[in-house]
Amino acid sequence: MPRPPVRLKPLIETKMIPLSYYLILAALIFCVGMAGALMRRNLILTLVGIELMLNAANLNFIAFWRYNPSAASHAGIMFVIFSIAIAAAEASVGLALVISIYRHYKTINLDKIDSLKG
Amino acid sequence: MQAIFAIIAALIVVSAIGAISFRNLVHCALSLVVTFCGVAALYLQLGAPFAGWVQVLVYVGAVAILIVFAILLTRSDENKPEPIFGNNWKAGGVIGLLLFSVMVYAITRDGLDSTPLPAKPELTVREIGVDLMTQYVIPLETMALLLTTAAIGAVIIAIRLCNPESSADSDTHAKAAGSVEATH
Repeated sequence: MPRPPVRLKPLIETKMIPLSYYLILAALIFCVGMAGALMRRNLILTLVGIELMLNAANLNFIAFWRYNPSAASHAGIMFVIFSIAIAAAEASVGLALVISIYRHYKTINLDKIDSLKG
Repeated sequence: MQAIFAIIAALIVVSAIGAISFRNLVHCALSLVVTFCGVAALYLQLGAPFAGWVQVLVYVGAVAILIVFAILLTRSDENKPEPIFGNNWKAGGVIGLLLFSVMVYAITRDGLDSTPLPAKPELTVREIGVDLMTQYVIPLETMALLLTTAAIGAVIIAIRLCNPESSADSDTHAKAAGSVEATH
């Protein structure tokens, strides 16, 4: 005797969040970060925008890892862990450069730092 | 589930926009902390708790504190009634909007949502550690080298080389070294 079809499964699946929601959210964070890095005139805010862009990329990695059908691969998590380490290194060197530039020019206004000559 | 996602996403978007648009830089840094915590909450929701706590530790604990210290060490002129945006801010806004529309078009035109969500993967910290020590050991060592280089490089870039105290110090050191050589 065949079992009756289970009705509960599609109901649960519709409550799940589609992958594209995460991707659109990450795209929004990326574009906000890039607009901030391009628009503000403070050098520190440029670094903040770069951190936001890195976060958006990491969110994409985790979302694609979660929706990956082959569950044995951990490459998404590993990539995010390495990416966070690289972001920490980038932030430390970038903020050291900001402090060095501030000592030299006495300003961190990006519209005034426009010469390559020291 | 969807309500939680909507709340976290709204928090992330509002705080990210705040992080780049406040006039006071300390408010920007605090808003950035809220954004990092929201992204960590999304990692937890996606079944990656290790990445979420690493995000909290590294971003909120280290990067945000670094940014606050950089704000402290550089006296900014943002409090003056000057425009906070640069000379070509319109071009930046247009580029951001164009890129976002292209991304949304590319995401929504593909049938990404037709794939069913697989079962929640069980990834323990032990498995991550075993993977880091076996399959990913070369990237791990490269990362250790990169972090060491970045720390030393940051100190070398930010150190003050030409103040009179340190030169006096180096003079005494040179004298001490000279006396040591003389005794030899």
